Amino acid sequence: MSTAPPGAPLVTMTGIVKDFTGVRALDGVDFTLRPGEIHAVMGENGAGKSTLIKVLTGVHGHDAGEILLDGRAVRFSGPKAAQAAGISTVYQEVNLAENLSVAENLLAGREPRLGPFIDFRAMRRRAEALLDDLGIELNVAAPLSAYSIAMQQLVAIARAVNIDAKVLILDEPTSSLDRDEVAVLLGLMRRLAAEKGTAMVFISHFLDQVYEICDRMTVLRNGRLVGEWATADLGESELIGHMLGREAATLEQIERAAAAHHVADEAPLVDAKGLGRKGSIAPFDLTVRRGEVVGLAGLLGSGRTETARLLAGADRADAGELDFEGARVGGHNPRTAAGRGIAFCPENRKTEGLVGELTVAENMILAMQASRGWVRSIPAAQRTRLVAEFIDKLGIRPADPDMPVKHLSGGNQQKVLLARWMLIEPKLLILDEPTRGIDVGAKADIQRLVAELSGGGMAVVFVSAELDEVTRLSDRIAVLRDRALIATLEAEADMTTERIVDTIVAGGER
Amino acid sequence: MNTVLTRVRAAAGDGWASPYLKRLIWPLAVLVLLIVVNVAITGFDFLVPGVQDGRLNGAFVNILRRSAPLLVIALGMTLVIATKGIDLSVGAVYAIGAAIACQWISGPNENALGTVLIAVAAALAVAAVIGAWNGTMVAAFGIQPIVATLILMIAGRGIAQLITGGQIPDVNDTSPFVELGRGAILTIPVPIVIAAAVLAAFAVLTRRTALGLLLESVGGNPEASRLAGIRAKGITILVYLVCGLCAGLAGIIGAANLGSADANNGGLWIELDAILAVVIGGTALIGGRFFLLGTTIGVVIIGTLEVTIINVGLSSQWQFTAKAIVVLAVALLQSPEFRAFTLQPFRRRTPAAAVQEAAK
Amino acid sequence: MSTPTLTARPSRAAALDGLGRYVPIGATVALLALMYLGGLGNYRNFDNPQLIPDLFIGNAGLLIIGVGMTFVILSGGIDLSVGSVMAFSTMACAWLTVDAGVSAPLAVGLVLALGVVSGTLTGIVIHYFDVQPFIATLVGLFLYRGLTLQISAEDVSMRDVAFFDWGMTRVEFGGSPREGGFSLPYLSFLALAVVAIAFVVLHYTRFGRGVYAVGGNEQSALLMGLPVARTKVGVYAISGFCAALAGVVSAFYTKSADPLRGVGLELDAIAAVVIGGTLLTGGAGFVLGTVAGVMVMGLLSTIIAFQGNLNSWWAKIVVGVLLLAFILLQRVLARSGEKRRT
Repeated sequence: MSTAPPGAPLVTMTGIVKDFTGVRALDGVDFTLRPGEIHAVMGENGAGKSTLIKVLTGVHGHDAGEILLDGRAVRFSGPKAAQAAGISTVYQEVNLAENLSVAENLLAGREPRLGPFIDFRAMRRRAEALLDDLGIELNVAAPLSAYSIAMQQLVAIARAVNIDAKVLILDEPTSSLDRDEVAVLLGLMRRLAAEKGTAMVFISHFLDQVYEICDRMTVLRNGRLVGEWATADLGESELIGHMLGREAATLEQIERAAAAHHVADEAPLVDAKGLGRKGSIAPFDLTVRRGEVVGLAGLLGSGRTETARLLAGADRADAGELDFEGARVGGHNPRTAAGRGIAFCPENRKTEGLVGELTVAENMILAMQASRGWVRSIPAAQRTRLVAEFIDKLGIRPADPDMPVKHLSGGNQQKVLLARWMLIEPKLLILDEPTRGIDVGAKADIQRLVAELSGGGMAVVFVSAELDEVTRLSDRIAVLRDRALIATLEAEADMTTERIVDTIVAGGER
Repeated sequence: MNTVLTRVRAAAGDGWASPYLKRLIWPLAVLVLLIVVNVAITGFDFLVPGVQDGRLNGAFVNILRRSAPLLVIALGMTLVIATKGIDLSVGAVYAIGAAIACQWISGPNENALGTVLIAVAAALAVAAVIGAWNGTMVAAFGIQPIVATLILMIAGRGIAQLITGGQIPDVNDTSPFVELGRGAILTIPVPIVIAAAVLAAFAVLTRRTALGLLLESVGGNPEASRLAGIRAKGITILVYLVCGLCAGLAGIIGAANLGSADANNGGLWIELDAILAVVIGGTALIGGRFFLLGTTIGVVIIGTLEVTIINVGLSSQWQFTAKAIVVLAVALLQSPEFRAFTLQPFRRRTPAAAVQEAAK
Repeated sequence: MSTPTLTARPSRAAALDGLGRYVPIGATVALLALMYLGGLGNYRNFDNPQLIPDLFIGNAGLLIIGVGMTFVILSGGIDLSVGSVMAFSTMACAWLTVDAGVSAPLAVGLVLALGVVSGTLTGIVIHYFDVQPFIATLVGLFLYRGLTLQISAEDVSMRDVAFFDWGMTRVEFGGSPREGGFSLPYLSFLALAVVAIAFVVLHYTRFGRGVYAVGGNEQSALLMGLPVARTKVGVYAISGFCAALAGVVSAFYTKSADPLRGVGLELDAIAAVVIGGTLLTGGAGFVLGTVAGVMVMGLLSTIIAFQGNLNSWWAKIVVGVLLLAFILLQRVLARSGEKRRT
């Protein structure tokens, strides 16, 4: 298969740098892949995993650095060129044509032909043989949409295998598979590595799968390389520590007002009982009191975002009950939630938070205006005053209310989003990764603000991938793993990153 | 604090208008160019109106008068496009509005003011219902706007013919109805007054209330708007309703001007002209920011273009070709891929050069 | 090491999903049968053997355009320029043969070539410059109507060009109509040949399957390494060719060129495609469904003619109602499909 001598790297990426307008997504990352090995790339959201993959497969061009395939420098124009060179990718969302048959999906672009016409009988035979070889039995003539997402995922892998891939990239392929299906997939990966010498890049947030299948791991954090280890040399808690990292040194200590303790005896503001949503988060119990910061900690894909979205009404729960201020919440959606005083800053600022084309001022007043209805416009003077006040209070730079919000930096965008909700003076503020991808100064500003708001009596639910941040801010921490809430840490002594990591690791051994 | 406040105030003074003005510069330049060409050929009479029979007269006034129905429709279309939508049925609704009004009035009572008022009200009500239907299909059933409004684009003219019984109903010149198309208030032709009133009403409706902001938010980022608690469905239905209402009103003006309603040819292709005017005016088809004044300029450009073609000595058939060139130029100018493509070999190039490039 | 084998069969609900593809076209065929039987029951002479063949004479142009439109819509696009391109082709045939003295076969060849080139350019603007199909083809709608009118604002007769007699030369089947047989002119065979070729191309070639893949999910098709650019440009080239061919057929049929012919024909073609069960958002449908869709629209006009006291506008209203029904049907099928998988 490979023309490289045994043991020599198949893919070598050195000093890869990739900038997206103003944000450095990859900063001098090195990555090596040897023939026949299964290599995990680990990291949180925004660590640079998918950017690294996309640079390798030519979806993004890189700004500096070098990629060697079989010892030759390469730079692909796109996935198609990468495929031709033997690098295939299977994505988390199945990227196949659901409206075509299984056989067509397996062989699209490579169909056996008689003259110019597709030989459907030969295609069926070849597709069946291919699946049989991989231990999968499907009706290849049925449309792909007739099968579950899991089976579609296996078809996608079978397709990639069929294209004589030297390198197979599996980007979160198991996130929608059940236990048996995962077993088939992992068995398949082992056989490919052993029999065909295929090198595989495996991205998954299921640590047990990573430990079961991978030979080596490369860990990224905030676009930088943390290191490369043989799986046997890196324990699970060490790995989590590397992924979640520490930047405490650069941040000032935050003075927390002790407000939480005054109200601890009061009835909870939020009381979720058995709240859950099939396929996204198992039913959980959670309470939040006034003036309290509840942190949601867990790895990517643990269900922390899903928990926040259910509480905020962004997604509809299909199990359990939610009480707010002692009253049952019915018809929970973002609009009614805002009416009750529940504010939600979603994880993805650009696609779910801000309207990029609108100005800073317009984005700020959006929630307030929505709650007033379209007829009652906020008077210009009040609007100008409020916007100026919050630009000043949150230190939004540039302090130009009329600048389209898309031109602001990430940190300032996040502040605009926060200001939007502070304007309606919510009782509960739900923040999903408010500090992701923003500079250290803005990060400190936002942390200080959260402390201040909770000191003033606001309840805050705080989601972050950075454990240091969670432990510093939270009064209580709910720990999540594998789409379930596994523990709530309450004691002062438990507010440490080590304790959270231990809880996560222990949760996997249950 | 104080410094920020003054800065905000300063921005509110000149800054608010500037992004709007920036978008209007190009359409305005094109319009001025067209006017200059016409003035060069036919003299200043083109621009300067005279007064005849108690109403303004002159080439440019006539352009405005004839463009009034298109402007009314294009303004409604602007709001629909701002929500990432499109309304293909406006031409058919135009025909329906005209048909209802003329059919109702035509008869022994056609000189009675009451009859005319009831007829106009009935036509507008039906147009509004049709618009609300379109909006419901889009907002409640989740059908793509282009598909949802295609249904009435096809069926609508059939409905209009059904109303008129396949005839072309006439309204006598003595009926007060024709004043809507040919009359004048303080020497200003009524269609211009109506169109200006609609423009003013829209400006107030969208900029004095928060409707404009919420529309731009829904069109700019539907998911972020949902999470911010905006009631997007109701707003979407309202916008299609208003667009239907505008189409009906345009049909009434058109019918009043002709004194008859042709279900087959009345308002033919007006949906395409309206979309064209909106796009010329700087509102992008992908939704978001909208420019009522830009749309107005776009409408006047289309109207002036038709006259210019005659004035420069080309046959009137050229207007289709000219429109094709305008559509292509605007579409390519709005395409980032095209701009990247043309900028590639030259690095720096003025937009004017790109316009010429696109027009070729 | 033994690996477990995973067997999955489409569940019963999922098997229905596979059949769901055939629901719309089944509804169209049922509708067609119902209309024909209704006609037989209510009108004398409806059993005339020439009735069905006649649908393929008057509607030959619409059928050809509908085939091209099917390609475009399956790929997820739309083509508004077809009516104008058709009118321009007829007019160009007339101008080339009558005024410019070009030989008729050469004129036809030039016109067809122009259709392909024009469609290709449109496809390039749509794919490479990412201009919405609606707007890009709007250019063609205006441009070709304008050019047609510039050639001649009045009808041009081609009666003196012998070549154009060929199209209406009839072939009889089963004797003359009086003996229970029927006849079809050559131009109908041309239309049916276009349908047959389109069927084979869509179902038995890589290009055809690529059209479905691109219409199903363009992003996926790109990541699967399929030639998306070639496919997208190709469907507009095919549509341009079909529109030009429809113009030639129209020249055969009437032996004259009317500058205003085919105004709004793009809407009829889109309606026929949708009534034929093709999803307007692309990825699902059949070219034979379009044939059924064209027949529904033709039969509708026939029934209205037979009824006598009904007026032609009912055809438009009924087509609108059918469109609504099919769009809602597709929407319901799509929704139930989404629900089953989550």
